[in-house]
Amino acid sequence: MSATTSALRGRSPAHAAGPRPWRFSPARAGIYAFLGAAAVFFLVPIWIMVATALKTMPEIRGGSVLLPPSSLDPTAWLSAWSTACIGLECAGIRVGFWNSVQIVVPSVVLAVALGAVNGYCLSFWRFRGADTLFALMLFGIFIPYQIFVFPLIGITARLSLYGRLPGVVLVHVIFAMPIMTLMFRNYFATLPIEIFKAARVDGAGFWRIFASIMIPMAKPIIVVAVIWQATASWNDYLLGLVFAGRENLPMTAQLNLLVSAEMGAHEYNVDMAATLQTALVPLIIYFVSGKWFARGIAAGAVKG
Amino acid sequence: MAPAIIAVLVVYVGCLLWTVFVSFTDSRSIPDLAWSGFDQWTRLYADYRWRTAMGHMFVFGAFYIFGCLLLGYLLAVFVDQRVRGEDFWRTVFLCPHALSFIVTGELWKWYLDPELGLQRSVRDLGWTAFSFDWIADRHMALYTIVIAGIWQSVGVVMVLMLAGLRGIDEDIWKVTRVDGIPAWRVYTSVVPPMVVPSILTSVALLGAGAVKNYDLVIAMTGGGPGIATDVPSKFVMEYLFERSNIGLAAAGATTMLATTIAVAVPLVAWQWWQRRRRARRMP
Amino acid sequence: MAAAKIETRGLSVAFKDFAALRSVDLSIGEGEFLVLLGPSGCGKSTLLNAIAGLVEPTSGEVWIGGRNVTWAEPKDRGLAMVFQSYALYPAMDVYGNLAFSLRVAGVRKAEVDARVRHAASMLELEPLLRRRPSELSGGQRQRVAIGRSLVRQVDVFLFDEPLSNLDAQLRAELRVEIKQLHLKLRNTTVYVTHDQVEALSLADRIAVMRGGVVQQLADPDTVYRKPANRFVASFLGSPPMNFVDGALARDGGEPVLRLDGAVVRLARSPLDAELAEGRALSLGIRPEDILIGDDAIDCDFRWDADVALRESLGSETLLWCSLAGSRIAVKSPTRLAAHVGDRVPLGFSSDRISLFDTRTEERV
Repeated sequence: MSATTSALRGRSPAHAAGPRPWRFSPARAGIYAFLGAAAVFFLVPIWIMVATALKTMPEIRGGSVLLPPSSLDPTAWLSAWSTACIGLECAGIRVGFWNSVQIVVPSVVLAVALGAVNGYCLSFWRFRGADTLFALMLFGIFIPYQIFVFPLIGITARLSLYGRLPGVVLVHVIFAMPIMTLMFRNYFATLPIEIFKAARVDGAGFWRIFASIMIPMAKPIIVVAVIWQATASWNDYLLGLVFAGRENLPMTAQLNLLVSAEMGAHEYNVDMAATLQTALVPLIIYFVSGKWFARGIAAGAVKG
Repeated sequence: MAPAIIAVLVVYVGCLLWTVFVSFTDSRSIPDLAWSGFDQWTRLYADYRWRTAMGHMFVFGAFYIFGCLLLGYLLAVFVDQRVRGEDFWRTVFLCPHALSFIVTGELWKWYLDPELGLQRSVRDLGWTAFSFDWIADRHMALYTIVIAGIWQSVGVVMVLMLAGLRGIDEDIWKVTRVDGIPAWRVYTSVVPPMVVPSILTSVALLGAGAVKNYDLVIAMTGGGPGIATDVPSKFVMEYLFERSNIGLAAAGATTMLATTIAVAVPLVAWQWWQRRRRARRMP
Repeated sequence: MAAAKIETRGLSVAFKDFAALRSVDLSIGEGEFLVLLGPSGCGKSTLLNAIAGLVEPTSGEVWIGGRNVTWAEPKDRGLAMVFQSYALYPAMDVYGNLAFSLRVAGVRKAEVDARVRHAASMLELEPLLRRRPSELSGGQRQRVAIGRSLVRQVDVFLFDEPLSNLDAQLRAELRVEIKQLHLKLRNTTVYVTHDQVEALSLADRIAVMRGGVVQQLADPDTVYRKPANRFVASFLGSPPMNFVDGALARDGGEPVLRLDGAVVRLARSPLDAELAEGRALSLGIRPEDILIGDDAIDCDFRWDADVALRESLGSETLLWCSLAGSRIAVKSPTRLAAHVGDRVPLGFSSDRISLFDTRTEERV
């Protein structure tokens, strides 16, 4: 027979009724403490970047890097933007900003569009080898760029695109293909195939179904894909460095040049201002998009 | 539409094969298609700098992956405790991921600057014996890159782990509450096997990232001090552009590819196969 | 009367704007097998979870073994629980699943082994001890889940729809096993299900629930024969009870029910004599209580009806006829069943009927 093991520890008094009174236990405090400490770890570098950008050099030398600026001095900021010297030119990093915009916008539009078509094609129009193609594309996400760099230079040079804006956009789009296709294909795979079949029975063709049915249903993943590609494209360094050409260097490459090629004493505030300016666009995208960003990671990585 | 996909794949596969092929030629500043066997390869592995760089890649990779998994898991576990403001915490922990590796490198380079950065700040607070000049220390510089890398990537791992945690059947939690299993025990004994897909995906992504690691090193230490933080990707880029030995660079790139295949592919393939097997079996 | 093992006093649970349980008072005796029965959303699972401590009550108390456990953690209440989804630990083998809670509690290895093997032998799990849950069938998994509760040697077992994931045949087999286990162990058991067959076969008492309120709490026989209201009457029994509306009248001092075109004498049916004339009542009679042909000769109330539809259910057949304008189902053994279009004599005894107030749906 059953032994009496019910250990009713006197944690529940005889008058207990209704919901348990909430007590802030040490365990709860510990959780928040840990999260708080982690948050500090994550935010301090960013704080330092912002604070340093608004200080003057004497202030930086004189005080701790963790201190807030005594006054919001915009000189470093403006200098980084429009007068700092990158290589031989002294026009600030704003040049890089516009270059980045010109690279990112077309690459996002093209990459998302092509990714959508590819994903749609691979998920609904099952032809022989579609799954193998897909697996190959997945594989492509992991391969280091260095494998492709030189031959791609050859290809873009042959197309007279090397060192020019269309060239770097093309390269961005090529490298975006695997992850974009992955996202869209996984998304379309969750849609009921009956919709597709019904449309075919109604006589719609490949493009018709895509434009009228799939795209309207794909709004969430389009948002995710745009955010992902915009961030990835803006933050890219290597492809821009190699393929964009001297006049079209993106902001990341300009930033590195600015900081590393400095002669004489480093102007840390200018460095940090330039860094912050480079980080601004993706950070804004990030904070505005909120949950969509995390959703992008889940969409891309979970199924991969 | 198949043509477009195939075109992209042709580019990929074509470039890949081309590079591998070139590693067996004596191409210097321009491609030379004459076969030279394993010459470049022997030259590569005889090179002290290359071997050091490879070693750095593995050390970086090991610490980076382990650190991200551990911290990512911890963060996910804590965030999953029905804390208030979950969106806030997630936004904070994930925001470094929105930054470019170049930006991260610049940030941490400044933060860890021995003269004016963290070391100085802590000393100013009174702790004069504190020293953290790792970034200038030949033996420790690599670990500063590890820290910066973890800072950048752990948010992603946290998101993946959190998704895995949330996918666990709610009844398992109920059972552990009724059976008296303490929470920490659940997170160490019961949960990890159940989030293996998240772990594997993380390892694959992080591993690939460790091999590709270029931007971060360039921005943070430039490979220095000396060659203390040199990595294969930097080696390859230099030999492609500055030192004009394309064949050697190709051999290096092929090695990087092989490493990626060795790390990432088995993991992804295992996951794929597991899912197929689960789908075939009737519950 | 023996002291109750489990008691709920005025237990209410509300989620935001939805009241899942409304002031439930329940008393479950030691060793009793109580079934909470009802459709989805009736609050039965909520009640079970509240007893377990997995859901906090909005008000009211829970008492187990004479102690107020309302604020106690589930693990401190001395109970074990079995779930619909089995909730086995996928990475551990059967032995590991059974032993885990004991190991965590620091029980000695020898004792753990003894208890695990004992539970395994009771549930015929011995050949499976080294297998993983993914290698087991649904029925085997559920036995492991039950085994996990057994090793803890607690006095109270809670079951949350444990058989709902299994196919009909397995369900029948496991049902028997659960009953045998209860007879052997005599644990106090609270069992949630929406399947009335399970309820009727397993329970010492059934609590039929709807909308967070217990509609009737009684042994299976009473719930079946004397349902407290129309809901309980139609929930139990397959096919459900037939209903015909009518009005109460008096015929020479005796109460009768006037139907559309018929009169039913109520002399032998339990009826409160205080009811007013003209009161609208619904008559309920189960399909198996309606007799056909020669069997109907001795019945209080008889009528002839045409068979409109015939449904074969295997060994039995359902004949759809009508009485006073309402459709009536009649159960008949298949080999004797009439055919569509036949005119058959039907009858029932007035002690088999249930009468419900048409408006309140309560039993009268």
